[in-house]
Amino acid sequence: MKYVDEFRDPRLIRQAADEVRRLARPDRHYRIMEVCGGHTHAIYRFGLEGLLPGNVELIHGPGCPVCVLPMGRTDDGLALAELPGVVFTAFGDVMRVPGTKGSPLEHKARGAEIRMVYSPLDALKLAQGHPGKHVVFFAIGFETTAPSTALTLLKARQLGLGNFSVFCNHVTIIPAIRAILDSPDMRLDAFVGPGHVSTVIGCRPYEFIAQDYGKPIVVSGFEPLDVLQSLVMILRQLADGRSEVENQYARVVPWEGNLPALRALEEVFELRPYFEWRGLGFISQSALKLRDEFAEWDSERRFDVPGIRVTDPKAAQCGEVLKGVLKPPQCKLFGTECTPERPVGALMVSSEGACAAYYHYVHRMAAAGSLEG
Amino acid sequence: MKIAEAPVDNAPALPRVRFRDARIEMSHGAGGKASRRLIEGLIAPLLGGPLLAPLADAAFLEVDGARLALTADSFVVRPLRFPGGSIGELAVNGTVNDLAVSAAQPLALLLTFVIEEGIATETLEAELRAIAEAARRAGVEIVGGDTKVVEHGKADGLYVTTAGLGRADLRARLSPRSVRPGDQVLLSGPIGDHGITILLARGEIDLEADLRSDTRSVYPFVEAILGVAASGLRWMRDPTRGGVATALNELARDSGLGIVLHEEEIPVREAVRGACELLGLDPLHIANEGQFLAVVAPELAEAALAAVRAVPGGGEAVIIGEVREQPARTVLAAASYGGTRVVDMLVGDPLPRIC
Repeated sequence: MKYVDEFRDPRLIRQAADEVRRLARPDRHYRIMEVCGGHTHAIYRFGLEGLLPGNVELIHGPGCPVCVLPMGRTDDGLALAELPGVVFTAFGDVMRVPGTKGSPLEHKARGAEIRMVYSPLDALKLAQGHPGKHVVFFAIGFETTAPSTALTLLKARQLGLGNFSVFCNHVTIIPAIRAILDSPDMRLDAFVGPGHVSTVIGCRPYEFIAQDYGKPIVVSGFEPLDVLQSLVMILRQLADGRSEVENQYARVVPWEGNLPALRALEEVFELRPYFEWRGLGFISQSALKLRDEFAEWDSERRFDVPGIRVTDPKAAQCGEVLKGVLKPPQCKLFGTECTPERPVGALMVSSEGACAAYYHYVHRMAAAGSLEG
Repeated sequence: MKIAEAPVDNAPALPRVRFRDARIEMSHGAGGKASRRLIEGLIAPLLGGPLLAPLADAAFLEVDGARLALTADSFVVRPLRFPGGSIGELAVNGTVNDLAVSAAQPLALLLTFVIEEGIATETLEAELRAIAEAARRAGVEIVGGDTKVVEHGKADGLYVTTAGLGRADLRARLSPRSVRPGDQVLLSGPIGDHGITILLARGEIDLEADLRSDTRSVYPFVEAILGVAASGLRWMRDPTRGGVATALNELARDSGLGIVLHEEEIPVREAVRGACELLGLDPLHIANEGQFLAVVAPELAEAALAAVRAVPGGGEAVIIGEVREQPARTVLAAASYGGTRVVDMLVGDPLPRIC
């Protein structure tokens, strides 16, 4: 498969891993955060941690939309799902996210009309086909998925579609990275930059990381070779004392981003004054809401959304894991109370969640003490 | 009827599963962890006897000295027809395959139709013809069944349930407990064709690919292995819902051993790989309806592989991994660059109603 096989070439992967080992100074410990949950997944899925020397530590960042969404927002969305005549639609990732009264799938089993969609346009089509129902799309994701929500809303307006609305949970990555950089808990050396988000926003928004905070960031692809090459580029910057924004994923990510997508975002959304993130708390100007012109398609304005604030289950340490303070298996509930099948916390749900990825790809191997296979 | 031999229990006892879910969800039918919990935690404790205990694809009964294999299956696929097959063909081949991987020669089928009011006679007739043709190809006879019609809106056109009877091949004694470290894992061909074909046939995602369901009887391949390697044949399974990952995880669990797969050896067609990459699915979790896995003693593995490859349609068979002592009860995939990951059972339900 083009653009995949080249980046899974065993010989090149071994070479890149050798280069990482060569560049990592034995007297130094490197803490490198992969911002994006897609990278977390790839790192575990391809067993990349096992290829790295012990002093190159990967810290899993906040770039997993399902993980950072506080439970109250899920409850709000599910309150909409329980309204008569409402069809609640969401991406597959959301379907097993626990709310206070269970996940969307559990609500479905109890009779709520809940459908999984692959795109917000599918939700819009559903609304067109069921004029007697109101279709709510539970929108979630960073700048990666927000443009498709924006285009869907533009289309809904163009069609004058009255029975469709969006419950918007889109968040933006830059304020989250800044919050992490400002957090006293976080002593990071560099970032593996999010690849998919950058296809939309480009590389320029990361310049403050290099310039103001003096940390290297390399925007990376998701294949094993991509991640290792990005680590090589980071370690070279650190060895040279440089801090720059570099683009390893130039085959997909344009430096200036995707201008039509950015224009669609600008037209449809504006920043919320603040938004709550799991683990990171309230971050100002870190999330999107629909502009006034789109109020008719805004679930939060069309319906009486309860606006619940719920704390996570006490014993769950999702916040600490999200900030990289704890590794997934260090959480008290990991693998016992909290498993992918019966998740207590959202990090155990999404394929991009650090806990789910660790549980699926590493946990039993580590438990058996045989990482070498 | 005499009860066949009780399974030899030399593997460590497993913790008993309790079914605690308040309601049945789609994932309980998806063939992964939730299905296993439903069966072991609710169904087996209430209905089980010694013959049900192994929870295998078919049960063995001894009737007046003849050893017979008995299996049942049901088919609720949507859409009814898809590239490469239809619900009728699936019903025949799926039932035949449960017998085949139990090392039994399929002999006879019972079929029950639950028909939705309003379905076109033409549609039903097409399925009956598909069933007759699949049965002819698989060499089984349809010997009976039942027909019910339910109200419009209740059965998605047509549900089919089956029962299958086969004659056990006395040369092979299959059980997860007979699997030993060093045994080789044979796979009959490319994986994921059926599940991805159904997903695309639903038209819910805008992807097109030239792909067909792999539905077929695997008995000719099984027969070929039995001819050359019956004494070294330890275990077989057709990896339907939940895919190769789930079938091998069940083997790892039931045998108490580990399985290491050579990830790059596992055949996956480009279209299936592409769809899986796009949708975030693992081909190892995708359903197959015409493939099987066999665990064979190392000294007979090459002979078994050659025998399968010599049967038309078996040319893509390959050894994909081996059984190891450690890590116990775990399936690993090793890449040649040195990365290793755990291959877990399917959690949840990526593709409902595929068979």
